[in-house]
Formats: sequence, C-alpha cells, structure tokens
Amino acid sequence: MTPHVLTRSLDRSATIFIIVVAGLGVLIPLLNLLLPAGSMFQVPTYLVALFGKYACYAILALAIDLIWGYCGILSLGHGAFFALGGYAMGMYMMRQIGSRGVYGNPVLPDFMVFLNYPGLPWYWYGFDMFWFAALMVVVVPGLLAFCFGWLAFRSRVTGVYLSIITQAMTYALLLAFFRNDFGFGGNNGLTDFKDILGFNVQVDGTRATLFMLSCAALILTFLICRAVVTSKLGKVLIAIRDAESRTRFLGYRVESYKLFVFTLSACMAGVAGALYVPQVGIINPGEFAPGNSIEAVIWVAVGGRGTLVGAALGAVVVNYAKTYFTSGPLAPYWLFMLGALFILVTLLLPKGIIGTFNAWWERRKPEPLSARTEGGDRQGGVAQPKPAE
Amino acid sequence: MNAMEIRVTSALLYLDGVHVSFDGFHAINNLSLTLEPGEMRAIIGPNGAGKTTMMDIITGKTRPDEGTVLFDGITDLTRLDETRIAELGIGRKFQKPTVFESHTIEDNLLLALNVDHSVKGTLFWRGSKPEAERIDRVLETIRLKDARSRLAGSLSHGQKQWLEIGMLLAQDPKLLLVDEPVAGMTDVETQQTAELLKEINKEKTVMVVEHDMAFVRELGVKVTCLHEGAVLAEGTIDQVSSNERVIEVYLGR
Repeated sequence: MTPHVLTRSLDRSATIFIIVVAGLGVLIPLLNLLLPAGSMFQVPTYLVALFGKYACYAILALAIDLIWGYCGILSLGHGAFFALGGYAMGMYMMRQIGSRGVYGNPVLPDFMVFLNYPGLPWYWYGFDMFWFAALMVVVVPGLLAFCFGWLAFRSRVTGVYLSIITQAMTYALLLAFFRNDFGFGGNNGLTDFKDILGFNVQVDGTRATLFMLSCAALILTFLICRAVVTSKLGKVLIAIRDAESRTRFLGYRVESYKLFVFTLSACMAGVAGALYVPQVGIINPGEFAPGNSIEAVIWVAVGGRGTLVGAALGAVVVNYAKTYFTSGPLAPYWLFMLGALFILVTLLLPKGIIGTFNAWWERRKPEPLSARTEGGDRQGGVAQPKPAE
Repeated sequence: MNAMEIRVTSALLYLDGVHVSFDGFHAINNLSLTLEPGEMRAIIGPNGAGKTTMMDIITGKTRPDEGTVLFDGITDLTRLDETRIAELGIGRKFQKPTVFESHTIEDNLLLALNVDHSVKGTLFWRGSKPEAERIDRVLETIRLKDARSRLAGSLSHGQKQWLEIGMLLAQDPKLLLVDEPVAGMTDVETQQTAELLKEINKEKTVMVVEHDMAFVRELGVKVTCLHEGAVLAEGTIDQVSSNERVIEVYLGR
C-alpha cells in the first residue's frame, strides 16, 4: 500500500486500536455493573448507551472509509444502509413486543392496529425470528447496494455524480419511510421496544452487553476492513482511486471491484445500524436524512481518510464534540461548528488527524536511514548502502 | 481450428476504413493501417492528426462510427471493452505518464502482472516466487531496482515514463502501444529509451507514437505519418521526411 515503514507504523496503530477498543469494551460495562451507584468511578448507564452509539458510528465510519478513503467512491447516502439495518432490527424488536403493546394485539405492532391494518404485511413475515432479522440486517442493505452499484458502476457513474445519486437514494427512502402506508410506522418509526432475545432492553445488564457487542463488532469490522485493504485487492482499490482508466487498461474489471467493496461496505453499515437501534430505543425515518450521511463523511475526513483507525477515531471525536456542544448553551450553533470544522480540516489537515500524525511521524525519522531499512527489509536483510536517488 | 479459415489477414493489428467523429469533427477519416507480428512501427503526425484517438480505438476507449479493427486476424476489437482488450494482450502507455503514485514501484509492477485479475483472485492473492522473479527482471530492465520500495509519485518524469513501460512489460502483452515515450526526457534518457524499445521489440510487436524525429530516426523502423485522421505517407524515415506533402503539413504551407 505505502512504504514499508508506514505499513509498520500502521500495524502498531492497529494493535493499539484493537487493545483500546477491547479494553473499553470490557472495562466500561464492569465499571457500570460492579460499582455501586454514586461511586466516583461508576459509569452511569446513560453513558454506556452513549458510548455504544459512538461504537456504532465508528463502524459506519469504517464502512465509509473503505469505499471513500481506499476506492475513491464518495457515498453521501451511507446513512440509508445504516438505517435499513436499524429498521430490520427494529422490526424484530417490534414483533417481540407481542401482546404487551398498548392495543394488546398478539401479532400486529401498535401502529398497525392504530392504522387499521387488516393483517401483517408480507414483508414483516419472519421478523419474529432473531436469526431471520439478523440475516436481513446484512442482506437488505447489501442487496440495495448491489443493485444500486450494479447500475451506477456499470454505467461508469463516478465522482460528484455518484455522490449526488447516493443523496437522492437516501432522500427517496426518507420520503418512502415517512409514509404511513409504507408499513414501517411512518413518521414515528419503530419504538417502545421491550426486549431482545428475551432480555429487557431497559436493564443495565442488557445495555452493558449491547455495548460489549458493539465494541466486538467494531473490532471485527476493523479486522475485515484491514484484511481487505492490505490484500492485493486493497492495492487494486487504491489504483482505481488514483488512476481508474489506467487500472482498466491493465485488464482489471473496475466495476466489479467497486461493486464488491460498495456492497461489503453497505453490509457493515447495516450491522452498525442494527446495533444502534436497541441502544437508542428508536428508529425513525429521520435516520435517512441526507444530512446524517454527510455528517458521517465529515467524521472520516476529520479522523483521516484512507486510514482505518482515523475513520473510527473521527467518528468518536466529532460525536463527542456534538454531544458536548449540543447539550450546552452553544446547541443552536452546532451545525455551524460542524461546517467550520469540515472547512478547517479540509484546509489545514487535508489528511485528517491520523493522516497528519503519520506524515509527521515519517518526517521525524532521518531520510537515508529509512530508505535503507526499507530496501533491506524487502530484500531479506541484505541492506547495501546506496545513495538515495 | 476454425480460426484459420476465418482469419482474414496475417497482420497482428488490422485497421480498415475506420471513421470517428466527435460532434461533427472527423478525428479519424477512413484510416487503414496494418501491423505485422513482430514489427515495430513509428507513428508521426502534427497535433490533431488523430494519433491518440487511433490508440483509443484500438484499446476500446472510443468506439469507431464505422470500419474494421481486427486483432490477430480474428478478434473484432470494436465490440470489446478496455478490460477485455487488455486481457487479449494489448498494453498501452499513455501520453502523460500514468502510474499509481501512492503505490511503490514494486507494487505498480505487481498490479500490472498478467495474473488473475478477478476480485476473488486478488482478495486471496498470495505472492509467489515466479511472480517476484518476473518483477525483479522488469525492475532490472527499466533500471529501477534500487528504487523498488519508493513511491512512484516521488519519481522523476523520465523515471515515471520508464516505470510505465515496465508496467507494460509486466503485463506481457503481444502488442504494445506506446504514446510519446520520450516526452520530457533528456537526450541520454531518450537514447536509452530507444534502446529499451528495440530490446522489447525482439519479442513483441510495438507501435510508437512520437514527435521527436531524432528518436524516430534512432528507432530505424517503418514510419507512418498521419494527417487529419488518415495515412498521409508510409515508409522509412528518410522517405517520409522527404515527402512533399509531409513537409507541407508539418510546416503548415
């Protein structure tokens, strides 16, 4: 991908990343569950849920970075895949409510009773089973991305045009899901969840477990992304990003590569959404808002496009800032701050936090030494001193 | 075995009566040209003569409005896309050196190797000794062995030209289309490039587009002069450069 030194330093940051996420994934639930409330180190449950949200956002950021940072596909509609995964999980939890709903209907969710649905729409079948819902979490976003990508990439829609149609896609879904007769709860979405796999979603233990699972999913997503970008396929993706037609003239079927990575990315976004919904307790059409997708792209830009750790870090940093500022007197100005942040990062830190850090780390090392060790490593330790050209 | 019967020409590349127009501008106008296997051909012509457009047609980037383009006497190139044509064994060097700047020189060559280019193949790719040896050989040929771990973006213009030629070699095509290989090179580099191309021509068929007359003379091969999308003259460099009409179009009289 990049010179040996950089890959090595990335390896180190990958290890640190995994250790930190795994550490927090265990430590935070323990501090929440084992310490008595009021203790100094006790992590309140609302914070556990908040961190869980961050973990889901970080997965979404990884998914976006995989296609944007490595393959140059700027999707401004990835929130749609996130929301679809969330809806699939929400449908499962709606069916779990059963007769405990306000209207006490054993099959129909409350909103369907309220809207006089004669029976369960066919596309709600199967969502009473967890395995089916879990499958749909991946399959539905994946299938949409596959169809969308198949049409777009085969027609060689690239650059800003692709970004615009991804925006249109998520906006179209937003409008569709807003409709009451679409069958997904319209404006209100899906909410009032009771339990997941028999565990009460309001209980601390369930919340802590969901947080742990989110961290585990984050690590898994990270490892998959890393396996992809460090393989030869990852090199092809970067080649496509930097010189698409050159790649084609070398005999690579560019559209297949884009389709593969776009679909994979959508599946990951779906998983993020599915973990997000039980932790926030609601999924509504607002999740399809084009602004959400753009915000997610900003996380990646801030953290460092083309570095996986950066994307995840960006998601956490920007969302922490969002939580911090939107809960204070500065709340009305958050969108201005976000916009300013994006402009500042584009102008001052075009490589993002991690990208800039890596460049600085590179420069710290004396030039000829690094050139020599690079050559030496590649040739199995035979480091012959030579003038750098 | 049918191929022998269908085969209409012994030429490796056969263009006949090709027309292309962009918004009424006739970029290629009844162009006919043949390249025999093992041949090296230099294509010259003033700006706008259609040299690059011709390469675009051969490599599938542009579809001709009419005419025949055959590869190896049997394959109709006008029906195939860039990827298929590259797989058939036609490699192309662009006018502006186009290498993968954020990859190392070694990785540039690795990507160019004509091995399994499918998504599955590259995802589960494991390096092998023959591949590494091929890369080493190419690195030796293009004299970039010591710079193998450097980023391609850090190379000089001339080195990028060489790396791109190296990528063509790694691709191991039957036909190389080389667009302006010595643009921006020093005299010494130009000389070395001519030698390199002659060396490559021992095994492969080559078509070179070039403005630099000294370089074309150095190659010492048959020259085709294009003008306004058609062949104006063909022959040795001396024949072509003494041709009245060639002098006319070049000097604009």
